[in-house]
Formats: sequence, C-alpha cells, structure tokens
Amino acid sequence: MIQISHVSKNYGSFDVLKDCSTTVSKGEVIVVCGPSGSGKSTLIKCVNGLEPFQSGEIIVNGTSVGDPKTNLSKLRAHVGMVFQNFELFPHMSITQNLAIAQVKVLGRQQDEAIDKGLKLLDRVGLKAHAHKFPGQLSGGQQQRVAIARALAMDPICMLFDEPTSALDPEMVNEVLDVMTELAQEGMTMMCVTHEMGFARRVANRVIFMDHGRIVEDDEKEAFFANPRSERAQQFLAKILHH
Amino acid sequence: MNYQWNWSIFLQPTVVGDTTYLGWMFAGLQMTLMLSLSAWVIALLLGAVVGVLRTVPNKLLSGLATAYVELFRNIPLLVQLFIWYFVMPELVPQSLGDAYKQSHPVLQQFLAAMVCLALFTSARVAEQVRSGINSLPRGQKNAGLALGFTLPQVYRHVLLPMAFRLIMPPLTSEFLNIFKNSAVCSTIGLLELAAQGRQLVDYTAQPYESFIAVTVAYVAINVVVMTLMKKLEDKVRVPGYMGGK
Repeated sequence: MIQISHVSKNYGSFDVLKDCSTTVSKGEVIVVCGPSGSGKSTLIKCVNGLEPFQSGEIIVNGTSVGDPKTNLSKLRAHVGMVFQNFELFPHMSITQNLAIAQVKVLGRQQDEAIDKGLKLLDRVGLKAHAHKFPGQLSGGQQQRVAIARALAMDPICMLFDEPTSALDPEMVNEVLDVMTELAQEGMTMMCVTHEMGFARRVANRVIFMDHGRIVEDDEKEAFFANPRSERAQQFLAKILHH
Repeated sequence: MNYQWNWSIFLQPTVVGDTTYLGWMFAGLQMTLMLSLSAWVIALLLGAVVGVLRTVPNKLLSGLATAYVELFRNIPLLVQLFIWYFVMPELVPQSLGDAYKQSHPVLQQFLAAMVCLALFTSARVAEQVRSGINSLPRGQKNAGLALGFTLPQVYRHVLLPMAFRLIMPPLTSEFLNIFKNSAVCSTIGLLELAAQGRQLVDYTAQPYESFIAVTVAYVAINVVVMTLMKKLEDKVRVPGYMGGK
C-alpha cells in the first residue's frame, strides 16, 4: 500500500530524513515513534506530499508521490490524515466540516455527503453535536470529528500525526478507542504516536526513528521485548516507566 | 470675536441660483459617497487578490504582489492622484488618452480619483489580508490540502473565510479611511464634500457654518459605516471562537 524507499530530506545543511525505507501493507497498522525532532512527523507528511523530499521514492497505492506529474490533490483525497491540532475548520458547523470535502473534492451531492458524515459522526459517538461548531467541543471531541471527517472520504489508508499529543490526559482514551476500533476493522494505518499502550494493543510493526533515520523497524513483539538499538532501549525505558 | 452666525444660510438659494447652499452640500455628500464606495469595492476585490498572492508558494507571483503593495503604499496619496490625473493620460496609448481627455470633465476627475483611491487602498487591504492569512494556524492549510482540496480551494473554503473574519476591525478602519482620503480629490477640482465646503465659504463668507456642516457630514458617514461593520462582524462571528458565543 505504502512503499517508502531511500527517502532523504534536508533543510539546507540540516538533514531531516536520512535514507528512510519501509513498507506498509494493506490492513497493517504501523506505529512510528521516537524522540522529538527525530523526523517522524516529517516522514508521515511526506507520504501524502505535504512535505516535499529531495531524494528517494514514495509509492502510495501505485502512485509516486514525489513525481511532479502526480496529481497530489487526487491522491490526498483518498489518504486520510489526522493532525495533532485537529485542524477542523472553525467557521463551519461539525456537519459542514464533515461534508465539504466530500462535495467539493469527490463531487458528492450535499444530502448524500451530510448523511455519510452524520453516520460517521454517530460512529465516533458525537451525533448529538452535529449542529455545533468546533470551538464548542472539547479537544477529544474535535479529534474524533477530525477522524470522522477523514473517514468520510473513504480513504484507502489513514495517517495519524501525533493525534493525542495536544489532548488533556483524560481525553486521550476516547480518541485511542476510536483508532483501535478502526485498526481492528482492518484499516491500513500509519500512526506517529507516543502511546505505547496503543502500539502494544493494535500495532503490527513499530518503527523507531532517531536523528532522521529509521533505527528500528520490527514486529511489535520483538520491538517491545528486545529492542536492538541502544537508543530505542533508552527511549522505551524512559517512556515506559510512567 | 465678532462673527455673525447665520445658520439659515443653508436654506438660501445659491448665487448661481441652481439650488440652495444645502443642495450644494448634498451634491458634495453624494459625490463623496459615490467615489468612496466605488473605490472601496475595487480596493476590496483587488486587495483580496493581491493579499492572497503575497502568501502563495510561487515566488514570482508573491514577488509581483509585494512590488504592487510597496509601490502604492509608499507614494503619498496626493502625488498618486496628480499622477493619475495629469500624467497618466499622456502615458497611455494616444487613442485612449484622447478619449479620456474628450470625456466630460467631471467624469475625468471622477475616474482619476476613483482609480487612485482604489489602488492606494487596495495595497493597504492586501497587507491586512496577508496578515490575516498568516495569522491562521499553519495546519489549516495542510488540513485542507490533506482532504484533497486544490490550493485555490483551500483559500476559498478554508483560509479566506477565517482571515476575513480576523481582519474585520482593521478593515473597518480602512473603510473609514477611504471616505476621509477622498477629500484629497478636491485638489483636482472634483466637487466632493470638502470641495463644496470650501466653495460655500467662498460664496457665503460663512466659514464656521460651512466647515461645521462638512465635519458633521463626514462624522455621520463614518458613524453609519462603523455601525454597519459592527453588525456584520457580529453576524459572521464564529460560535466558540474569538469571543463568539
């Protein structure tokens, strides 16, 4: 589904990504973790072309992201993305947030788009809030709406960029529950997150990044039981103690 | 001070006999409104386009937009007005210049004044549009793109609706400014409100009444504008955001 091969990116002399390669197969859930500044968010943003990269190749569902001839809008319409800061559109009601891209990008009828949006809103447990505006919802609720908004586009895979990092601790679980459910239904997912509980529960593989490199790319059991690199051992030791 | 106040002067017929002096004031008010409102519409549209171009990734487009803003922002309004009125008709292709010079003198003054005010103000509107767009969280643009919107769609549906809400207060100031700046156009002979005030002084020798009337008229325009803009601001306020309910 997603093939990342030898991707490198730099800002001037600073290397953000160094020769990163990995693959995500259909139905797989991959968790990407690592210290801040390790390039994990940049890597996931390269997958749908929000960040350009200088060398290497990323193929999503047979389409090369880095190819200048690729219609990125068309590709992105089917790659769902969830952001750290939710990024709902504040001037639109929740219903409009869910419907607008379906109408403007996929060309669906307004009624059809609203129906679909409301169904997904129900699925994330927020049907009662359909008429509200993003500013009237809690962070956890906004993030669930953001997930529903991405799902409304019938994505072939979902990218999560630290979806719980901006949330109050008590709201983290409501978002992780939605993600877990999604993973169990067979959605292909690439998640940048520090939620190791989530990784243990649903991930197939864990990628550990440091200084722009993919240091570990292991089956979940192997990663948690016995990380090969020292850096990953330190990282795990630090975040698992709490 | 030995001054003979005479407020009834406004009701007297003018020496030319066409109307009353109050009639002159209203004619001036009408001209000021027509000039400022038409210039404002152009300034708003042009300013929105230039402001957007200043924020696009394309270096050439944003460079051109920046040059536009700096050009119209850094030349005094009065100088710009003289350039539009006296110099431009000589610089444009001769047929166009001749057509301009053969049109009705008031039309000539009005066109030069409108274009001048519109472009001057558009540069200032562009700056506000740019700052509005730049003050939105960067993730908004990414969120729009990630949903498959094209860049123009992101501006149309995501960035501009919020940016315009954010810049409503400074935009109101700019709207008020255009009425006040229009007084400069009396220097090319356009008989707008300020020019009518001066004409009244010349004809009636009642400067206090004349200028008080002019002042009241400008204040009245701006009170109306402020009230309407406040209403609009309240109407488009986003619930749960920026002091909204």
